[in-house]
Amino acid sequence: MDGEELTQQETELYDRQIRVWGVDAQRRLSKANVLVCGMTGTVAEFCKNIVLAGVGSVTLVDDGVVTEAALSANFLIPPDESVSKGRTLAELCCDSLVEFNSMVRVSVEKGDISSFGEDFFSKFDVVVISSCSLATKKLINEKCRRLLRRVAFYTVDCRDSCGEIFVDLQNYKYTKKKVDEAVEFELKYPSFEEAITTPWKRLPRRMARLYFAMRVIEKFEEAEGRKPGETSILDFPGVMKKRQELCEEESFNESQIPDYLLERLVVGTREFPPVCAVIGGILGQEVIKAISGKGDPLKNFFFFDAFDGKGIIEDISNPDAAS
Amino acid sequence: MDSPPPLSAIKDAKVLMVGAGGIGCELLKTLALSGFPDIHIIDMDTIEVSNLNRQFLFRQKHVGQSKAKVAREAVLRFRPNISITPYHANVKDPDFNVDFFKQFSVVLNGLDNLDARRHVNRLCLAADVPLVESGTTGFLGQVTVHLKGKTECYECQPKPAPKSYPVCTITSTPSKFVHCIVWAKDLLFAKLFGDKAQDNDLNVRSGNASTSDHTEDVFERRKDEDIEEYGRRIYDHVFGYNIEVALANEETWKNRSKPRPIYSKDVLPERLIKQNGNMDSASATDNPSSVSAMASLGMKNPQEIWSLMENSKIFLEALKLFFGKRKKEVGNLSFDKDDQLAVEFVTSAANIRASSFGIPLHSLFESKGIAGNIVHAVATTNAIIAGLIVIEAIKVLQKDARSYRMTYCLEHPSKKMLLMPVEPYEPNKSCYVCSETPLSLEINTHRSTLREFVDKIVKAKLGMNLPLIMHGSALLYEVGDDLEEDMVTNYAANLEKVLSELPSPVTSGTLLTVEDLQQELTCNISIKHREEFDEEKEPDGMVLSGWTPAPAVEKKDENHVDNGVGTSKNITNAEQVETNEDLEIVPADIEIPAEKKRKLSEISNNDGLGTSRVAAKTNNHSKVQDLDDDDDVVFISGGDSDPSKKRKLH
Repeated sequence: MDGEELTQQETELYDRQIRVWGVDAQRRLSKANVLVCGMTGTVAEFCKNIVLAGVGSVTLVDDGVVTEAALSANFLIPPDESVSKGRTLAELCCDSLVEFNSMVRVSVEKGDISSFGEDFFSKFDVVVISSCSLATKKLINEKCRRLLRRVAFYTVDCRDSCGEIFVDLQNYKYTKKKVDEAVEFELKYPSFEEAITTPWKRLPRRMARLYFAMRVIEKFEEAEGRKPGETSILDFPGVMKKRQELCEEESFNESQIPDYLLERLVVGTREFPPVCAVIGGILGQEVIKAISGKGDPLKNFFFFDAFDGKGIIEDISNPDAAS
Repeated sequence: MDSPPPLSAIKDAKVLMVGAGGIGCELLKTLALSGFPDIHIIDMDTIEVSNLNRQFLFRQKHVGQSKAKVAREAVLRFRPNISITPYHANVKDPDFNVDFFKQFSVVLNGLDNLDARRHVNRLCLAADVPLVESGTTGFLGQVTVHLKGKTECYECQPKPAPKSYPVCTITSTPSKFVHCIVWAKDLLFAKLFGDKAQDNDLNVRSGNASTSDHTEDVFERRKDEDIEEYGRRIYDHVFGYNIEVALANEETWKNRSKPRPIYSKDVLPERLIKQNGNMDSASATDNPSSVSAMASLGMKNPQEIWSLMENSKIFLEALKLFFGKRKKEVGNLSFDKDDQLAVEFVTSAANIRASSFGIPLHSLFESKGIAGNIVHAVATTNAIIAGLIVIEAIKVLQKDARSYRMTYCLEHPSKKMLLMPVEPYEPNKSCYVCSETPLSLEINTHRSTLREFVDKIVKAKLGMNLPLIMHGSALLYEVGDDLEEDMVTNYAANLEKVLSELPSPVTSGTLLTVEDLQQELTCNISIKHREEFDEEKEPDGMVLSGWTPAPAVEKKDENHVDNGVGTSKNITNAEQVETNEDLEIVPADIEIPAEKKRKLSEISNNDGLGTSRVAAKTNNHSKVQDLDDDDDVVFISGGDSDPSKKRKLH
């Protein structure tokens, strides 16, 4: 590294985690700039984790206002209306986050994320988006990919007691110590678009079903012009129809995407706080890995379902797509 | 959007959290968000700076305050309408008895030590309240569910004992840095700054009576002795003279490389330059806790590995500061990882000794971790584990016994999983805690005192808090506030007696009953007299047995592994390949790479939170495979076809 030392204050505060990932990793963290869009309960968990870890800065984007739903799983928003009136979710979360760690700069950027230009994204090392439409996910992912410097891109979404993380680190090189020598590793990540266009029948038989179910919901919301999470039980027949369509296109057996799973995702639009903690924790860990260059990053989807308790990594890369 | 009301099971629940630390803060937040209306929380600790990187409910301004109380206030800010009852107290206090535990629907542990975990386990068994237990170290963590009579209790599998080292490794033949740390901390530091009356093995045993006279007062500062002279005299004695004495015993060094005696004059100039050791710069204030030899010598970086000369300077400076700025405390200090000067002294002393023995030197940061047994901790793992605890707690409240899971949070994926659920096991029939299995103790009844039995077995091994010992109907010992004075005298006298000379003599074949009234636990111990014990392998001078899993169970586990990997009809070829790919990670305890092995032992070293069981479990019981076998049917019984398997719950 550049030989800069941590201050005594940093050494004291970060003592326990430096024992986990080392001083170099801590220095890299303190220089990283993270952009976060969509202040859901899961994202609140994630932000808490990286602010505590001591990243350089966190920029929050979400012009939404407080609703009962926004409050339900987000501990960064005070329930007191006199405090929250007239302020955006990003502003409210920012107020809480700055208190967690005075060494991290937390700020708010107003506006619609899909209208931000490439220049804007080039200021960040990590971009995390949540509760965005399929089109926005693809758009921001592509903008990040066109930049000269590598920006780590993540999407995260929780519905009912399920959660999904997508990771795009583009070409990611890192070293690992094996016995005494350091070995170089390189991972090539597909973009979100490339990943989700991988023909379903080419995917391994034991793929997490949540992957397919999330794609069905995503396509349904896109076709109906809904915002993410804007569904109810009334939409269930429409979602079933979307499943049928997609499965026909993909020559895929519909039974691989069980009814009960789709129903949960359609109805349970609220986040389940324990799942927010789990997904926000895993995402925090992954972002810390990507910034610090320590540890094997996950490639490229992570799924958690509280029903079976499994937290599964799936590598969904289209072998035919040139990346 | 429809908003489902909180599950009725949650709405009526009253839960007890034990621990408001790393896991506790996350847990309290997640419980509150999930709609738990009535939460009680016990924690005896106060907030420290090094907590703030992960215990996010606490701020700098809270340092020194009760964790339980501050956590409550912080959570009420975002969930003002729930009830949180804090107790700034030790969970082992007699107030927290079985009746206290009985009021809760479930108990959730976020503890950091084996002792308290065992205590809570017993109270939950006695009160018949379900327990969700947890632990984390670095990126590893686990959550387990314990229900009396249904799943194994926390103590059904023996926990690794804290690592201890043979005395002579520490005093004469260190081979690892940790040995030097133990020497510096438990022997040298204790000798110089602690209670002088305590026994101490610091001096090399030479068998020559006259030298022991001579060494008796070596560590006393002589009247009017200059502090630097005193420091150098101690230095030369422990790093020079004592090594020479040890070298004289040639037998010891036949198969070892010989240490090198180090004298202060060889390392440092005859007289340290005064401006270097400017005592006033050691602390701007006169606050004894801010005194630092590093500050006084202008050294800043705790990550740096000091040279022998730097270590020697720190050693002398730290000693000087103790006798200068903190004189009042000398004589009753004990090592504390948060005492900067103590850590500096121990680091330097350990490094000088390491130089003698050709052992690589370590930084203050690393030494502090080793000396203080510091648990590696990050916020993310704690958050994940807290989420998993709440998921299990909700299942417990819904009495959904078929879906209980033990979940492991892994650093490297196993079978594609970072979070791996495993079905809980049924109680171990030979568990002395939940199955009342008798134990047996080999002990020299003519030499061991009742006190040794109480300290080494009843407290250290059986984890009892307020024990009562009976031989038939005769009471040999008991602890309590309401004892008659003559009984107290009586018990005090008994403690010093050897077992065979107690009023009701304990000899080979005696059956002792040991009870803890608070934990409502009774153990029967059958005594077997044994004359000799191996000092290295059996340092306690007594051996307790009977609570390790019966060999038959182990054998079943092996069968299970064979079955799981190779012969089960359910498993396709594809899956076998998958299993093989994972071999590197999962069956770690068959062939553990050096790095991994160290990590596992470190974990058990820390506090026995049992994360070391991750590898053992996933390997021995390839239940995961059953779970992974078919996604449609989540709860597979799995064991039907093979009666020899260790039985799962259903």
